[in-house]
This record gives sequence, structure tokens and C-alpha cells, in this order.
Amino acid sequence: MDMHHPLSSPIGPVVGQDETQAHTPAPPKERLIVVGNGMAGMRTVEELLAKAPGRYEITVFGAEPHPNYNRIMLSPVLAGEKTFDQIVLNSRAWYEENGITLLTGEPVESIDRAARTVTSVGGRTLGYDRLLLATGSMPFIIPVPGATLPGVIGFRDLADVDAMLEAAAKGGRAVVIGGGLLGLEAANGLRVKGMDVTVVHLMPTLMERQLDPSAGTLLQRELERRGITVLCGADTAEIVGAERAEAVRLKDGRELPADIVVMAVGIRPNMALGKAAGLECGRGIRVDDRMRTSDPAICAVGECVEHRGLTYGLVAPLFEMAKVLAGDLAAGPEGEGGGGYAGSVTSTKLKVTGVDVFSAGDFSGGEGTEDIVFRDAARGVYKRLVLKDGRLLGAVLYGDTKDGGWYFSLLKDGAELGAERDTMIFGQGFGSSDAGNPKAAVAALPDSAEICGCNGVCKGTIVKAITEKGLTSLDEVRAHTKASASCGTCTGTVETLLALTAGDAFTAAPTVKPMCKCTGHGHDAVRAAIVGQELRTMADVFQALEWTTPDGCASCRPALNYYLLCAWPGEYADDYQSRYINERAHANIQKDGTYSVVPRMWGGLTSASELRAIADVVDKFAIPTVKVTGGQRIDLFGVRKEDLPAVWADLNAAGMVSGHAYAKGLRTVKTCVGSEWCRFGTQDSTGLGVKLEKLTWGTWTPHKVKLAVSGCPRNCAEATIKDLGVVCVDSGYELHVGGNGGLHVRACDFLVKVATEEEVFEYTGAFMQLYREEARYLERTAPWLERVGLDHIKAILVEDPERRRALNARFVFSQGFSQDDPWAERAAQGKDRHEFSLLAEVG
Amino acid sequence: MDQIIADIDSQTVLWTEVGMVDDIPVLGSRVVRTATGNIALFRTASDEVFALEDRCPHRNGPLSQGIVHGRRVTCPLHNWVIELASGEAVAPDEGNAGHIPVRLVGRAITIALGLARPARGGCKGACHV
Ligand code: SRM
Ligand SMILES: Cc1cc2nc3c(=O)[nH]c(=O)nc-3n(C[C@H](O)[C@H](O)[C@H](O)COP(=O)(O)OP(=O)(O)OC[C@H]3O[C@@H](n4cnc5c(N)ncnc54)[C@H](O)[C@@H]3O)c2cc1C
Ligand code: SF4
Ligand code: FES
Repeated sequence: MDMHHPLSSPIGPVVGQDETQAHTPAPPKERLIVVGNGMAGMRTVEELLAKAPGRYEITVFGAEPHPNYNRIMLSPVLAGEKTFDQIVLNSRAWYEENGITLLTGEPVESIDRAARTVTSVGGRTLGYDRLLLATGSMPFIIPVPGATLPGVIGFRDLADVDAMLEAAAKGGRAVVIGGGLLGLEAANGLRVKGMDVTVVHLMPTLMERQLDPSAGTLLQRELERRGITVLCGADTAEIVGAERAEAVRLKDGRELPADIVVMAVGIRPNMALGKAAGLECGRGIRVDDRMRTSDPAICAVGECVEHRGLTYGLVAPLFEMAKVLAGDLAAGPEGEGGGGYAGSVTSTKLKVTGVDVFSAGDFSGGEGTEDIVFRDAARGVYKRLVLKDGRLLGAVLYGDTKDGGWYFSLLKDGAELGAERDTMIFGQGFGSSDAGNPKAAVAALPDSAEICGCNGVCKGTIVKAITEKGLTSLDEVRAHTKASASCGTCTGTVETLLALTAGDAFTAAPTVKPMCKCTGHGHDAVRAAIVGQELRTMADVFQALEWTTPDGCASCRPALNYYLLCAWPGEYADDYQSRYINERAHANIQKDGTYSVVPRMWGGLTSASELRAIADVVDKFAIPTVKVTGGQRIDLFGVRKEDLPAVWADLNAAGMVSGHAYAKGLRTVKTCVGSEWCRFGTQDSTGLGVKLEKLTWGTWTPHKVKLAVSGCPRNCAEATIKDLGVVCVDSGYELHVGGNGGLHVRACDFLVKVATEEEVFEYTGAFMQLYREEARYLERTAPWLERVGLDHIKAILVEDPERRRALNARFVFSQGFSQDDPWAERAAQGKDRHEFSLLAEVG
Repeated sequence: MDQIIADIDSQTVLWTEVGMVDDIPVLGSRVVRTATGNIALFRTASDEVFALEDRCPHRNGPLSQGIVHGRRVTCPLHNWVIELASGEAVAPDEGNAGHIPVRLVGRAITIALGLARPARGGCKGACHV
């Protein structure tokens, strides 16, 4: 087939030659009709408007009822990370402003090439001088029995996403056929939306066209960790169902129940319209390097075309095509606007939040190639570079994709690697003093380095736009350069460029101390995000806030566990492995690896039967040390871990529960004897202490909390150095807060005086909850109070009774989920049995 | 993910089965008692299994009681961080907890006690009361 039209060939008649349009006066401009209101078509129009505004009278037909939107972002829309409004690329107002007639929900049905007209399904016939076909592609539906049942959907447009969201709203099960990019993004979205998701994939590993088996397996494990079932090597035989899809039957006989079936096995270029019009077609509508079809008046771009024998399914090549074509359209029939399109090398990224996957080029290996592999399981990183003859041939990155762009440009340029070969696996700039400093790495990039793969934008272009136009925000950079405006994975790099180039204008944000080395965010920002972005699991936090480690560290995990527990009471499932050993074992670890056991003695009161039970336990388990603590109770030291559940069982039997001497939670409520016996006592301080302990025990707090009640201002219970202390007086109760023994002794501040016990309870609950919600993990009430100021606490608790009551209500609500004796759960119900038993005894 | 020590002829090494991967919680640890002391087995998020002597090179803290993160464990007593794959303390701390090769046979865990690499540094039991 001859794809090379002679340059001199007349490109169609200009004004007024169109007889079928004789009833309208000759249009003043050439008429350009675009069929397909999608990403490639509209990018061509945008580029054309930039080069030659007003050159054509433009009409756009779109089969979908929407203005042009960023199809790539359907995955985040499905996952609930973006709304449709946020992904619209060209609003209806934009079409109007640019004088474009937009006909949505109106697919073109036929083309009359001789008459140079198109006719839409609605029967509208319009004439053209230049026709652009940009009809994209459609999901390939594998022709198994049942494939046409309702409930079987593709993943291509907003209607598909709406169908999936509707199904997900009812919960239930989804089967996604196809473990490629689209299938996995669909699976992730449906899972995030609460469906039970199974991915059925024909090949032995996921995304086998983009990832090698190692990376594919890592990806599979990550998805499984998120609760998605992955079946590889599974071939679909049939979609079962009477009226709608009910299950997917595999060739091996397994049947997977399904409320919806998403087919994401591949795409087929949408060439029916072109083919029917007699245009040369292969796997797509055939075009030459100038995007012209076999009819010189008709050009085509996007996924619907076949160029040099290839079809494409990613935006980067389509945008390159759009650029070439726009140049030609701007120049008109007389000439060409720049070099032709010579085909593209593509790279892929998976857009599942928190899963970083990148691949480019050929990584199948084979004769004459060499592999450089880097694995860091601690960070969950796998990188593989495939080289041939000293040049980069392919790259697969899992877990750390920040150098993807750099590898991709080395690969596209076919650069000689030379000495760089030995260290390139560690990333760009390795070995220089800047290694590991992402900002310096971006600064070191040459101007020609490609930053945004989708839109082919280089560093130089971005920097120039920032300086010349005085840009100070990401949105402005997107608007001016399109960098990071498509799939968004280069957002971080663009932000770094902004920071480097615009300097203070951009980085004005105050610096906060990060929680730990796993993140740049401080405690307060993380908490705000947990509540504001409704992050409900630790994995959500790691993803949304871009933790730099796969599973945090011993410092951030306990903090996050607490923040999540506090934010989502009754809902968040405690992450056992993120607790310090004392809270995991519900006992205090000692220097020799044994544990101490402190049963609760409410308000410091005990009884003969309790003391007898303690004595029996000490004898039975040969516990070496028994001590009265500074918290008015008894500590049993030197208990072997294996004995803990049995010790607890005996103490439980005598009515005793955990004293939480190990917890970042309520420890003790110290009391004095008070009015019942003491000649100075003004109120029942012991009784009040017991009630306060019953109210507050079992709670989880940022750090430990100690209360005390003294019966008179002589203050025998040392109430004024406690987190919350009550000093009884004749006329009521003085409440003191923010005291601390320990490292830095701090006497309490006086908060308020109240008249009744009920008020004491309400203030206590409210104070506890305010501390729980505001303090940073491991910050006791004293440093917290000093940080936020007593006035702040007073303003909320004392001056705003409504807030006080609301805080107390939240405290009482969360207590409903935490007042279960952890010892009983483990002693009688066998919870966490593995914690207290050996795995094996050998030798 | 098998951790096969490539240069060891498995014929001559005794691999002792001590349990299944699933007996250890993800990011958790279990203890195997031996005549010469406890061994801590750790399971990472990616289902790798490692074995160390259950004694921190600092002051013999039971590493099995620490928090596992990535391929490391933080000692419960004074927060030394130990590499699971080698037993080495992460800088600036110095020492090695003693490392025992692990091989997974399907989901079964086997360890090669005979190939244990000795601990280094710390008080080696002298201060272990
Ligand atoms: C057992 C006991 C000492 C005693 O023999 O009396 C004790 C023992 C420990 N204290 Fe204490 N404290 C004990 C009362 C106190 C008191 C007195 C009190 O509560 O009235 C204080 C000062 C008051 C205060 O907290 O403001 C106290 C201030 C501390 C501190 C410093 C806290 C601070 O804010 O600076 C620590 C260190 C920490 O928590 O980080 C600490 C930590 C510890 C730990 C948990 C050290 C550790 O992490 O292993 C000790 C182990 C306890 C165990 O194994 O059971 N202990 N500790 C007391 C147990 C009370 C109870 O019944 O639960
Ligand atoms: C969920 C999802 C995620 C993706 N993620 C990525 C990614 O991360 N990176 C990436 O590079 N690419 C990604 N892609 C691919 C990318 O979206 C496409 O490559 C791109 O949209 C193709 O542009 P196009 O203009 O050729 O087709 P489309 O954007 O599909 O536009 C074609 C339009 O033409 C319309 N049309 C068809 N026939 C007619 C007719 N007869 N009359 C009128 N209108 C008609 C269609 O309805 C459609 O609106 C993703 C695609 C999907 C579906
Ligand atoms: S004062 Fe020090 S040594 Fe004594 S119990 Fe408290 S932490 Fe341990
Ligand atoms: S014993 Fe492990 S850190 Fe001290």
C-alpha cells in the first residue's frame, strides 16, 4: 500500500465546492469536522488553535454525552480519588469561547467521501473540507457464551465507570477479566469501593506485557494484601447467568460468583466508520507519517489508527501525532508544519495509589542482553534494567519509580551508557554528593530531560514557563505547559521544579518536623489528613501521604495506629503488630525478657480475697518479686511470657482485670481515704476515684494518663502533679490539669471549680477526649498543655459548654469499644494465642 | 520467596522444620527454643522469613518482642535496629545478633542450625540475669 501521498496532490476543494451544502451560503472559512470528542482529537484541536486560531470553522461530533475529559483519570474517579468535574479537560464554555460547535451524544454514522459530508445517527448531515477521525477504540469483549449479558461491562468511558460505581454501591462481588493495566486499575477501584474483587488473568503473572515475573509477582502480592483475589493462569470459559451475569466459569471448572463482570482484556481500534467509507484499514485506520489516511482530505489520530504497522493505547504517542497533524492543519494544504510522525517508544505506569510500577522498552532479555537487577525487600523495591551493546533496552521498576523518566529518556535516545552503566541502577545522580537528595537530583537534570512523559514536556520548557510567566502554583504550570496534566505521576517532580525555580513564592510553607524518617509530614498534618481525607487504614495513610517505607517503622507505626484508632472508634481494626510489645502482650517487658503483671485496684482499694488470689498466683507460678507500686497497687515481677494467660486467668477468676500498667492509656487513679475516714476529708475522694477509674479505664491515649483525687487541699493523693487531679473542698471539686511527675516535674494548672460529681465526670471525659484528639503521640498532657496554652483548653472546656459536652460524648462513645478486659480475652478466649506460645522446641 | 544459600550443598546440611510461614503473623515474630538458646523467626510483609538469635547485641533484649518493619526489627528494650537478613545492628550501633539460614519448602519453614553465623558485640550473656 502506498502511504506516501505526493505533496503536490491537491488537498480537496476549498470554499463552496460542496454541492450538497448548496442551500447554505459558502462558509467564509474552511470547515474542519472532528469525529470523536476524545483525548487525541481534542488535543489536535487545541494545538491547532494555538498555532492558527480562527483558521477553520470547527465542528466536533462526540458519541459520549460529555465534553472532553481525561480518560486516563477514570481510574481515580472509580477509586473515589477524583470527581468527574476534576477530570474535564475542555468545558463546554471552552468550546464556545473558541467558536467550536460541539455536538455531544451524536455519533457519526457514515461518511460520504465523494460528497465530503458526514451524517450523524440523528440524521444531521454536514459538509467538510478537512475531516479528522479520532474515534479511539473500544474494549475487546472475549466472545464466550454469556458475554453479552447485562452486568458484563468494559472499562472505557464514564458510562462504564458509572455502571461499576452503581454495582459497587450495592457491595457484592466483582470479577475482573484481565490482569493488565486497565483490569488492575478497575479491580483496585472496585475494591476500594468495597466490593469483593477477583482478577482472572490468563497469563502466569500480572501485566506480563509490561512487567517481568518478579515485578508481576510483587504486584500480585500487593494487590492481595489489599484484599483482591488474583487468579493467574485462569482461562474464562463462560459467563453464567439467566437474565444477567451471575458468575464466571473458568475452563478448569471453577465458578466464580459475580454481580458484575468487567472485561479488560484489551482494546480494538474503532475503525468501522473509516472502513465503511472505504479508507484503507489494517488493525486500525492506516495513516502515513503526516497522519493522512488513504483519502487525502481525511486524516486520523489516536487509538483508531495504524501507523507503520503499529497501533497505540497510551496518550503520549497520540499527543505526538496530534502535534504533527495540528502543524499540517495550521499550514493548510500548501505545506507541512514540521517533521512527520515517526512512531513512538512507550512507557507504562500503573495508576493504583500507593503502587509504583513503571516499565518501558523491551525487557524480555534473550541473546546478547545483560540484566542489572536491584532488590531492596525492606523498601519493597525491585528494579531491572536490560542492556544490549552498552545501551539501555528496557526497564522495569517496582516500588521506586522516580528514575523512570530518566531511564526512559536514556532508552529513547539510545544513549551510550559508558561509565554510568555501573551505578545507574541506583538512580540518577548516584555517587555524587547529591545522591539521595531528590531536590538536587531534579536540579541536576539537563534542560532536555523529559519530565512529563504523557505530554512530552522537558525540564527546560517548564522552567522557562515558570520564570517568564511568573508561575507559582502547580495548576498554573499545568495550564501553561500541560506538564503533569494527564496521568499525574510526575506531579512530584514538577512541584520540585517549581520550588527550585520559583523559590520562596512556592516554598513559603513553614517547615515542620517530620514524624520520622518514613515521611516528610509532621504529626499534626498526618492527623489532619486521617480525618480530612478519611484515611481509615494504615495502608491508606502510607499511600495517601506517600510514606517512603513499605511498612513504616517502629516509631511511626504505633503513632499511626493510635491516630487511626482515635479517629475511627469502633471501626478501625487495631493493628496489633504496630504496638509496642507491652501493649501487644498486655504486660510490661523487663530487662531479662520476663514480664510484670499489675492487676487493677480501683482507686487503690483492695480486699482480702484479691490479696489472697494474688498470693496464690505468686506461689503457683513462683513469681520472684511482689512490690507495691507508686500507683497504689501491686506489681508481680518476673513472670514468664508463656505463663501470662494462666496468671491472668487466676486473677480474672478473683474478679481482677488488667491494670494497663503497660498502656499509653489510663494507668491509675490515685486516691486518699477522704471523708469516709479522714478527720479532714470534705468529700468521698476514694469513691469518686473509683468512679473516675471506671469511667476512664481501657482508653487509648497519646501517652499514659494518671488521675488522682484528694479529699482536701492537704492533697495526700498528690493530685496536683497528675494529668488530671481533683482536689475536694467543702463547696465542691477543684479540677487541676497538666501535671507531671517524671522527668520534668510540673505542677498542674487550675482549670475550674465545679459543684457536683456529674460535672467532674463531664469535664474529665471532655479533657481526656481533647487530649486524645489534639496531642501528638507520646506527648503527655503537661507538654501538650504548654504547647497549646491553658487558655486554649479553657476556651474549649470551660467557656464552651456545648463543645465540652460534645467532647465528652465522643469520649463515652469510644469507651464503648475499649472497655473489654484484654486479659480475659487472652486468658479465656484464647486471643493472640501465638503470642504466648513457642513456635517449636528443637535440639 | 525461598532464601536458598546458593553456595551450600543442601545434601550435607541438616534443615530442621520448625513450623509454617502462616504460624508467624505478618510483620511479627515467633520463638523457637533450642538447647543453646532461643531463636527468633520473623516474617516480613512480603512473606520472607528470617531467623536470628533472640538476643540483641546491645544488652540481650529479646528481639522476638520487637516491632518488625521492612526487613528490620527494632529491639524492645532500647530501640536498636537490627537487619533481619544479616543480624547486623544498623549504624551507628555496632554488633550482630547471630544469624541462622532459613529455607522455605513450600510454606514450611526450615532452619539450618549448623550454619548459624555467630553473634558479635554486646555482652554475650554475661550481663544476662
Ligand atoms: C512500677 C512503678 C514503680 C514502682 O515500683 O512503684 C513504675 C515503673 C515503671 N515506670 Fe513509672 N512506675 C510507677 C509509677 C510512676 C510514677 C508515680 C505515679 O504514678 O504516681 C511516676 C511519676 C508520675 C508521672 O507519671 O507523672 C512515674 C514516672 C515514669 C516515667 C516518666 C514519665 C514522664 O512523663 O516523664 C516513665 C517513663 C515513660 O513513661 O516514658 C516511667 C516508666 C516506667 C516503666 C514502665 C519503665 C519501662 O518503660 O519499663 C517502669 C516499668 C513498670 C513495670 O514493669 O511494671 N515512669 N512512674 C510504678 C507503677 C505505677 C502503677 O501502679 O502503674
Ligand atoms: C481507564 C483508563 C485508564 C487509562 N490510563 C492510561 C494511562 O495511565 N496512561 C496513558 O497514557 N493512557 C491511558 N489510557 C489510555 C488513554 O486514555 C487513551 O490512549 C486515549 O484516551 C485515547 O485517545 P483517543 O482520542 O484516541 O480516544 P478516546 O479518548 O477514546 O476518544 C475517542 C472518542 O471518540 C468517540 N467516538 C467513537 N466513535 C465515534 C463516532 N462514530 N462519532 C462520534 N464520536 C465517536 C468516543 O466515544 C470517544 O469519546 C487509559 C484508558 C482508560 C480507559
Ligand atoms: S524510676 Fe526508673 S528504674 Fe525505677 S521503675 Fe521507674 S523507670 Fe524503672
Ligand atoms: S537490648 Fe536491644 S537495644 Fe538494648
